[in-house]
Amino acid sequence: MAGPKYPSLDTLALHAGQSPDPATGSRAVPIYQTTSYVFRDTEHAASLFNMERAGHVYSRISNPTVAVLEERVAALEGGVGAIATASGQAALHLAIATLMGAGGHIVASTALYGGSHNLLAYTLKRFGIDTTFVNPRDLGAWKRSIKDNTRLLFGETLGNPGLDVLDIPSVAQIAHAATVPLLVDATFTTPVLMKPFALGADLLYHSATKFLGGHGVAIAGVLVDSGRFDWEASGKFETLTAPYAGFHAMDFEEESGTRAFLLRARREGLRDFGACMAPMTAFQILQGIETLHLRMPRHVENTRKVVAFLSKNPAVEKVIYPELPDHPDYALAKKLLPHGCGAVFTFEIKGGRLAGKRFIESLRLFSHLANVGDAKSLVIHPATTTHYRMSDEDLRKAGITAGTVRLSIGLEEPQDLIEDLDRALKAATRAL
Amino acid sequence: MIFDLDGKRAFAYTAAHEPDPARPTVAFVHGAGLDHSWFGLQSRYFGYHGRNVLALDLPGHGRSEGPPLPSISAMADWLSKVLVRTRTPKAAIVGHSMGSLVSLEFAARHPHQCERIALIAVGFPMKVAEPFLEAARKNDYAAFDMQTIWGHAPQVALGANPNPGMWMYGDSLARLERLAPGVLYNDLKACNDYGSGVESAAKVKCPALFILGRRDVMTPPRTVQLLHEKIPGASTVEIAPSGHSLMAEAPDATLDALIEFISSR
Repeated sequence: MAGPKYPSLDTLALHAGQSPDPATGSRAVPIYQTTSYVFRDTEHAASLFNMERAGHVYSRISNPTVAVLEERVAALEGGVGAIATASGQAALHLAIATLMGAGGHIVASTALYGGSHNLLAYTLKRFGIDTTFVNPRDLGAWKRSIKDNTRLLFGETLGNPGLDVLDIPSVAQIAHAATVPLLVDATFTTPVLMKPFALGADLLYHSATKFLGGHGVAIAGVLVDSGRFDWEASGKFETLTAPYAGFHAMDFEEESGTRAFLLRARREGLRDFGACMAPMTAFQILQGIETLHLRMPRHVENTRKVVAFLSKNPAVEKVIYPELPDHPDYALAKKLLPHGCGAVFTFEIKGGRLAGKRFIESLRLFSHLANVGDAKSLVIHPATTTHYRMSDEDLRKAGITAGTVRLSIGLEEPQDLIEDLDRALKAATRAL
Repeated sequence: MIFDLDGKRAFAYTAAHEPDPARPTVAFVHGAGLDHSWFGLQSRYFGYHGRNVLALDLPGHGRSEGPPLPSISAMADWLSKVLVRTRTPKAAIVGHSMGSLVSLEFAARHPHQCERIALIAVGFPMKVAEPFLEAARKNDYAAFDMQTIWGHAPQVALGANPNPGMWMYGDSLARLERLAPGVLYNDLKACNDYGSGVESAAKVKCPALFILGRRDVMTPPRTVQLLHEKIPGASTVEIAPSGHSLMAEAPDATLDALIEFISSR
């Protein structure tokens, strides 16, 4: 007897989470642009409020269009479910706020998006949550930095902007030995290039603004739970395992087991912090996800061609991409990212800050802006933009220099991109 | 509620209410490899609508200490002891899949403790496909895949979950991955070996309800026939779009059927 089969990722990207609309038969996901939902009667209303029935009450907590996106991303990642948020940053905050309060501690990679670094290093500190930053490649540092009050280990699947490959199996092992979960930012890899849960991560999130959307028209985030972490056995997560006065003394783990984290995140985090996703945004991100499995291989293919060109260019000091043999994570990338290391990478231009400035200003096809993962190719100078609040020391730890340029390779004809880069490099060099 | 039974820790979800002897009780018995939270919405409803709720973790499942019990009759006798231990003279029993066989056997063996039985996703004989049983015996992950895919209606693979934002397949796999090795095999074998369904059905004297999923591939609705013939007056609710996991796939329709049945005189 042949075993049953799951739908492939390509099929899930198009269908998961949606049946044709029961009201209209609409094949496309309808945009339920509504704040609220009419109750059948008072008994039905009370049952929905008290979580005795499934359904929607108010679109800050859940919305049918947003729910399709949540279920689709959960299906693509192999999680129990997901919560869509107003941004990737909102997803990160929701994850942390669901797990801990004042007195909590996080061990995080130094190789983070600047916004995430700000949240951990400055903002959360104000609310009593401290973070110890560690070199993501230093497994001993991850282990040594865990304290009694540590509640989370956190890193990016591919660190921003130096593309440090997070050794998820090893870091997850360290986290689990300390009975805390590992959260990863999977924005740069997407489920097409890596499945973090299969490698041992417990929670993940995306800035869906980037590759999931791919079109650069909507700010969005999605937080996904694997459902594999046993909060009760850990004994360190009162928010999930002790009666919560804010919801009829609910013990979320007892109530829902594998769904405890998402239940608390939705019933407290979305309810009280309110960083929910708008239905139109969910629709726009869904349009992107429908072609994610086609776009990502092309992003990678184009990136490899651009990396090959830059690696041989005399105006370039160094290209940092994990598929290059001189990258410190070359071997790890081969193991964890066999389908490619994404489409965002950095290089150092000879001539430092001035050359970098002239290079960026000479580009015609690449857009100079603060985003990545767009279908269009993008460029930025991290030291003066995304990472500008970081000290020189923190910049160094994150692998950024004054001459570092970050590219996000889009879906254009690769030769057109190479010609644009070639022209700009010549212009930058000529000026020196 | 954690309590001691035969020297082992046992757990029942009570919807954050202490059992009140003045109130009627509904006990929920889960299926193979699952736990009390499988009845999350339904058990919570009754707990907040005037009933004591005992949504149980069978031994070796969820928060109840193992080992798992090896047969349906042993599970039925354990349920009887739970009611005695919790000072519950009589209860309405709601069982799902393996739990429905336990409920049936309980009604036959302990009629004085059984007010009524609601059997969800039930069939008899509940034979388990040999490759499924063998994969479970080997603790092969393929058994989790089979339970997950066959445990839901075919459209669930792609369709929308009534519970916003949740992925039913992912939830099923995560639950199964938490099981101790051998537990799923124990449960499947207990279902497969259970042979006294017809005889036990003939002994049922209390009201009975079958709640069936029309697209159930594990216990298709036709497999209830032998039991139905032996329980006079048993009623059936067939839920059109649902597969085997009715509480997740059709939570409201399942709850509505339970409310009507449990509230009826």
